[in-house]
Amino acid sequence: MFYREAGDFKTSYVDDSQTFPIRFDRMRYYAVLVLGFGILPFVMNDYWANAVFVPFLIYAIAAIGLNILTGYCGQVSLGTGGFMAVGAYACYKLMTAFPWMPMPVNVLLAGLVTAGVGVLFGLPSLRIKGFYLAVATLAAQFFLVWLFNKVPWFYNYSASGQITAPERTLLGVAVTGASTPAWAKYLFCAVFLFALAWLARNLTRGTVGRKWMAIRDMDIAAEIIGVNPLTTKLSAFAVSSFYIGIAGALFFAVYLGAAEVGEAFGIQKSFLILFMVIIGGLGSIFGSFAGAAFLVLLPVLLKNLLVGGLGWPTDLAAHIELMIVGALIIVFLILEPHGLAQLWRVAKEKLRLWPFPH
Amino acid sequence: MKKTFTMLAAAAIAATTAAPALADLVVPNLSYRTGPFAAGGIPYADGFNDYFTLLNERDGGIGGEKVQVPECETAYNTEKGVECYESTKGQGALVYNPLSTGITYQLIPKVTADKIPLYTPGYGRTSAANGKVFEWVFNYPANYWDGASVAIKYLLDENGGSLEGKKIALLYHNSAYGKEPIRTLQELAKKHGFTLSELPIDSPGQEQKSQWLQVRRDKPDYVLFWGWGVMNSVAVQEAANIRFPMDKFIGIWWSGSENDVLPAGDGANGYKALTFNGVGGDYPVYADLKKYVFDAGKGSGAGDAAGSVIYSRGMYAAVIISEAIRKAQEIAGTPKVNAAQVRDGFEALEITDARLEELGLKGFGQPFAASCGDHGGAGGAMIQQWDAAAKKWSLITGFIEPDHDVLDPLVAEDSAAFAAENNIAERCN
Amino acid sequence: MPDQLLYAMEVSLNGLMAGIMYSLVALGFVLIFKASGIFNYAQGVLALFAALTLVGLQQGQIPFSHVINAIFGTELHSFGWTLPALVAIALTALVMVGLAWLIERLVLKHLVNQEPIILFMATIGLAYFLEGLGDVMWGADIKKLDVGLPQGISETIDAITFNAFGYGFFIDRLDIVAAVVAALLVASLTLFSQYTKYGRALRAVADDHQAALSVGISLRFIWVLVWSIAGFVALVAGIMWGSKSGVQFSLSLIALKALPVLMLGGFTSIPGAIVGGLIIGMGEKLFEFFAGPLIGGATENWFAYVLALLFLVFRPQGLFGERIIERV
Repeated sequence: MFYREAGDFKTSYVDDSQTFPIRFDRMRYYAVLVLGFGILPFVMNDYWANAVFVPFLIYAIAAIGLNILTGYCGQVSLGTGGFMAVGAYACYKLMTAFPWMPMPVNVLLAGLVTAGVGVLFGLPSLRIKGFYLAVATLAAQFFLVWLFNKVPWFYNYSASGQITAPERTLLGVAVTGASTPAWAKYLFCAVFLFALAWLARNLTRGTVGRKWMAIRDMDIAAEIIGVNPLTTKLSAFAVSSFYIGIAGALFFAVYLGAAEVGEAFGIQKSFLILFMVIIGGLGSIFGSFAGAAFLVLLPVLLKNLLVGGLGWPTDLAAHIELMIVGALIIVFLILEPHGLAQLWRVAKEKLRLWPFPH
Repeated sequence: MKKTFTMLAAAAIAATTAAPALADLVVPNLSYRTGPFAAGGIPYADGFNDYFTLLNERDGGIGGEKVQVPECETAYNTEKGVECYESTKGQGALVYNPLSTGITYQLIPKVTADKIPLYTPGYGRTSAANGKVFEWVFNYPANYWDGASVAIKYLLDENGGSLEGKKIALLYHNSAYGKEPIRTLQELAKKHGFTLSELPIDSPGQEQKSQWLQVRRDKPDYVLFWGWGVMNSVAVQEAANIRFPMDKFIGIWWSGSENDVLPAGDGANGYKALTFNGVGGDYPVYADLKKYVFDAGKGSGAGDAAGSVIYSRGMYAAVIISEAIRKAQEIAGTPKVNAAQVRDGFEALEITDARLEELGLKGFGQPFAASCGDHGGAGGAMIQQWDAAAKKWSLITGFIEPDHDVLDPLVAEDSAAFAAENNIAERCN
Repeated sequence: MPDQLLYAMEVSLNGLMAGIMYSLVALGFVLIFKASGIFNYAQGVLALFAALTLVGLQQGQIPFSHVINAIFGTELHSFGWTLPALVAIALTALVMVGLAWLIERLVLKHLVNQEPIILFMATIGLAYFLEGLGDVMWGADIKKLDVGLPQGISETIDAITFNAFGYGFFIDRLDIVAAVVAALLVASLTLFSQYTKYGRALRAVADDHQAALSVGISLRFIWVLVWSIAGFVALVAGIMWGSKSGVQFSLSLIALKALPVLMLGGFTSIPGAIVGGLIIGMGEKLFEFFAGPLIGGATENWFAYVLALLFLVFRPQGLFGERIIERV
């Protein structure tokens, strides 16, 4: 009934190759946009922004970034936390060195800096593959964290090595600092996410994306048909790090407001984002959203349910929460090994025929 | 699947919106009973909860108003800390005490914007002691720079007033928390003529062989230690392993609990640590705690931590917070105080020996009086020493005053930098 | 001899010893990877779980007492017994076998023939679950693990080296025990896999799942077997690290120390895990000794990875890993 192609005629190639060729899907997409930009910002309060939506948006950006590298180009990376730290510290240095610079420019530049660092640490990928590469990227993770902790220049010689985001405004509204209204935080991140997701979706449909996927599926074969592994792998590292750097900058400046490198961008973050990508679905932009939502929302939901709803002691709730998250991951895998994105695809397929499956 | 999810969501929304009756005083407890630092978080949270339970059960709350202590699990994680802050803020929280330097840094701008006091006894941002800049943050009775100075003062006493030519090593948690004392110690090294070597240990700190081999080679006269979590017990064990004289090994107050020394057994005998609160179960307040809380089955957690170092420290935080609320009620002339009034209470708070005795906590903490400019208190700390045979900590000194001549300029400098970065005008002038 | 050289020797020796401790964790990874191609993220948590269970059993703690007390308002804590260390270890080993069986039954059975990344993810889920379970069963507070292993400076080595060089080396007795245990473990694993029926079956499965299945080897049994062995190795690692630092959550993070070892030694080689551990341990300690004071210390975490990375650039499959042959 839903997702029907029947009656949805295309008269040009452009129409035919659009991202959402089915009308219902397109409508749904516009509906989500209206909800995200037109309704949510007006009903947003501090709790929903800070505990749920802003982290979700930022993690979604990071997950898209990692998905480009891991899902589309097949290079498993565990350096995400380190690259986010690069973004965060670049943003901090830019914010404090050039107080007049508009915040979006800071964030984009932070992304570019991270892209450069990402390319540098992507070089070993030309020799090392698979899980070996994953562990090799941990070298980047640990080295970067150590560097930001050790060199006082990065944190402007403050006594404890914490960095704190000063207040910056955009069009007269604060977007960083403590007095930022909830909707501004949300919108600032949402605009970035929308633009980056749109970009990623189109990149992965085009030449660049096809090259990445060729390398992922079989790098030697790809090389033979004329895909240059050097530029392809490094471009994936660059684009992916750009996304992750932006996520890091937003994470520090908009979401947390203050950060300490080992705590905020430690190895746990790298794993968390990799989990999001795998649980969401490798090689799927929607999967990145779904994975981020799953791992950001589920713990908050469970916590509110167990502690707030059932009144359990907090420690017990925290332990049970871990068990439930773990068990759910396994259950999802057994039901659908290719992540939430595949689950979604199957659901769409079902909806297409519903309510007359035969 | 979908149905359960919507149900979950509905339940969660219901849960987040279900606020407690607004008449009560709300003091959230951002605790961590899970994660890498749970061993320290559990007794602290228990001590904090139990004292408020005692007030509710014995006195009917503070000034006739019951105190609610909603607990929220942070796992020592800043993101969860933010979530906890946001979720409890709406319930009318009067003061926050997150027991994490990382979360404190995060909350300082937030509480300033939301106008809720933040109380960080013995941790957090040191320069918040300067009330002229940090209007909403209080960190009395002592902070890390006080701690560093007290440790050096104690060593000065041990050495007849001079540390000339001595070698002191600082072993620290390689994070914001561990780096705090370095500046102070460097200044003190200049002043007293000792050499300071800095040995960082990465979190979590299970592997410290390199650092201790270096200690063994360099043979420093004293080792000062800023650790937290598993790092503490490993360090004590390694010190015992290399036969470092334990009475020359001094930890900050977060590195001196039973958990840290018990795993090392007899080897830990003689280890010293700072503390700004009394320890042990000999205070009269424990009789009340037993009667109204433990025996009534209302104790928080497993109930085996009472009287331990960290438990006492959690209780100390609760005592100060309750006294500040009492003060606020006195100033405001109503038992129903709000966060801004509690802030005034904190600022006008005076803890005297007589008051502590009334509370059944004679000598438990150092008397101090806060003021508009002084949010840091007297800064004194005691030295406690571990007796492995008796398995208990005993205090071996009274309160030692820190060296304010060295500290005050440092506090002024750091807080001025913060004020400049954030465009804050000094108050209290 | 100059002091600096003596110190460097002491540091290297200690590095080798630390390396053995890393190898103990790495061994568990290798076993599972070799037999089933799974990169077992849960290995560190497995070690934590084993150590928690050991302490709990030894001290007669009632499992789930916290939950029971919370639900029924009881005050249960302890059975009131203290088991001898060996009995407790044997019981814990049994628990780990049971756990392996459950893991096979509930998780792996349903994921046969899936891609490595999906199996990897299943172990992530498992890690979350076991972490929660361990805490719920035994509580999150720090526990002292004491099975009677010696600790502290070894007098003999101190004396010998003092007589020889005029400077006594520090070697921890626990590290010596760990080295002996690791040697025994590797020897018995080798003997087991070379000379027993099940060992041969194990190797057959490692070589080729399909072929092993076709000659009648039960894959499911082999998986239970290998997870049991990995569980036992995790128990050994848990005992060693737990004696050193007490048992609590951070114990699961030792897995991070094992990753560079794995990378350097190769994911599929048992000797590789040992040699890799030795190289990593010695390398990171020497680097900290020479370069640490110059660049500010705490270099060990990242240097281990950089060292492994350098090796990999020259040998992408690790020192002893199977050669990666690519066909188009």
